[in-house]
Amino acid sequence: MIEFKNVDLVFGKNPERALPLLDQGYDRDRLQGETGLVLGVSQANLKVNKGEICVLMGLSGSGKSSLLRCVNGLNPVTRGEVLIEHKGEVINFFDADAHTQREIRMKRISMVFQKFALMPWLTVAENIGFALDVQGLAKDEIARRVDAQLELVGLTEWRDHKPSALSGGMQQRVGLARALATESDILLMDEPFSALDPLIRQQLQEELLQLQSRLQKTIVFVSHDLDEALKLGNTIAIMKDGCIVQQGNPQDIVLNPATQYVEDFVAHTNPLHVLLCGDIADPLTALPANEGQYCIDTKQDCWFNPDSQEAHCQNQSVPVQRWQEDEPKSALKGCPTLVSAKASFHDALEIRHRTGYAVLVECDDRSFKVIGDDQLYRGLLGKLG
Amino acid sequence: MEAYKLPLGRTMERFVDWLVDSGAWFFDSLAIALEWLIDGATDNLLLLPPWLFIAITGVLAQWLRRNTGLTIFTVLSFLLIWNLGYWEATIETLVMVVCATSLCVLIGVPIGIAAAHRPLLYTLLRPVLDLMQTVPTFVYLIPTLTLFGLGVVPGLIATIVFSIAAPIRLTYLGIFQVPKELVEAGKSFGCSNRQLLWRIELPAAASSIAAGITQCIMLSLSMVVISALVGANGLGRPVVRALNTVDIASGFEAGLAIVLLAIVLDRLLKQRHEVS
Repeated sequence: MIEFKNVDLVFGKNPERALPLLDQGYDRDRLQGETGLVLGVSQANLKVNKGEICVLMGLSGSGKSSLLRCVNGLNPVTRGEVLIEHKGEVINFFDADAHTQREIRMKRISMVFQKFALMPWLTVAENIGFALDVQGLAKDEIARRVDAQLELVGLTEWRDHKPSALSGGMQQRVGLARALATESDILLMDEPFSALDPLIRQQLQEELLQLQSRLQKTIVFVSHDLDEALKLGNTIAIMKDGCIVQQGNPQDIVLNPATQYVEDFVAHTNPLHVLLCGDIADPLTALPANEGQYCIDTKQDCWFNPDSQEAHCQNQSVPVQRWQEDEPKSALKGCPTLVSAKASFHDALEIRHRTGYAVLVECDDRSFKVIGDDQLYRGLLGKLG
Repeated sequence: MEAYKLPLGRTMERFVDWLVDSGAWFFDSLAIALEWLIDGATDNLLLLPPWLFIAITGVLAQWLRRNTGLTIFTVLSFLLIWNLGYWEATIETLVMVVCATSLCVLIGVPIGIAAAHRPLLYTLLRPVLDLMQTVPTFVYLIPTLTLFGLGVVPGLIATIVFSIAAPIRLTYLGIFQVPKELVEAGKSFGCSNRQLLWRIELPAAASSIAAGITQCIMLSLSMVVISALVGANGLGRPVVRALNTVDIASGFEAGLAIVLLAIVLDRLLKQRHEVS
């Protein structure tokens, strides 16, 4: 668990003198104009639960990397607290003495960098073992853990090469392996995939998600790419000019952008992998009804009875099939399909395309919703609700 | 205007006099120690027969560079120097250069590291370094002479003053230019300041520091003639003597020996550019 409490971060000489000015309501530009101090982060409050990925998202200069660096003290906060769990108690990193801070950095928090930050004079294996060597672990223990990490990231045959011989994607795998080698439970990732080609980036995103499902680390991930944030994040905090303007889960951000700034970001994302069927479907009660049946498709004249879960089109009875998220879509027949609210927008689109019929959504409370063409188009255009 | 001349020169003279009076024990013992070091090393090296020394150098060159052409050039250069009759002088110069460079590195690298970590120190240091490299050598040779007396030591001190700027500057530059991300990576994995220096900064700055050392050797070598003026032995002495007697022949030979020594040292020590 990590918790930021009222964190202010000011860069410059004697940053404390900015605090009374901030309390008077100075903004970033005014503070810099009058004192020369740069406001990195202002009043950040954020909680990251254990086993979650929290993505700090924003444009460059929005303070996302600065906030990330507060967690392990690379940036000392000017005011506020960064709480983490250490030895069974919750402590503020900046209240800890130098020895404890070092111990936390060695064993509790590790970091992955945008430009990899590998030591060019060390081999891949030595880079991965760097943090362990700093801790003064025994040689065979280091070798054991390094071998395990090499295998995990699939670079075993590169162990004795220098990083410069590796491609960008492989170098960042080394960076990730170095961070994982300490077996710390908090992982800070500072735009780790931004310097990579789009295909490699997606591949590493997938790998990170796979690793995360097994390792259950607490990850703070910085990104300037909303698609990446939506794909990886359990929580997303969107930052602008040093402030967190909105935080919430991916669906929240896409469906209810808090400000114009967030809306602009959302307008350029692909909603297919973010939104769920439950988000885009409309309740049956919004449809034309007749004797307990609802018209789920006016063109095909299809009607659905939620009580008997039967459907008929043009006065002929048609079966209703169920689809679970792990089933292949190739087996679907040409009839209305019932899916769970947790299925993705992408699934709904594909099912509609394959079956030629509207998609019915069964919500957790046993009520039914429908996804027809109208709902699909509005979802794609971002004009829901 | 000249009637009221500012007593700058006089003040400096008084200061040097005061140094001589009050610090005699320090400068004398320093002179004795340095002289003992240089003479001892020279005498020991001269115990080796020249052919053995040349053979060892050849093997060393081959092991260091794995470049047969360079090894042959090194061996031939030393053979020529031996043949011309400058063997003893060359060894004396070599010892002098090695001593001066070692002292420069011992003093200069820590200063460079400290300057890279403290911007204020570097601001103060920079004009001093500029001064040490631009003030004509003879100017500080005079007080050095009064402090240390004639011989090899004032030459050594003058050489150090002239060439120490190179390792200081290049160490500073090397440490200063270590990518910020590497230092951050070190810190984030819990490096102490000492570990940061030894595991990140020094290895990252190694090539720059090595360049500083090579430069320091070349600068030291360029001081041999001036050292000879104040009584140091070595290849500078025949040059000075040739100058005084307008002896073109021995002047050319001694000059050639210096150039050959410089080329050999430069080629042997210049760092390889790593091919990735």
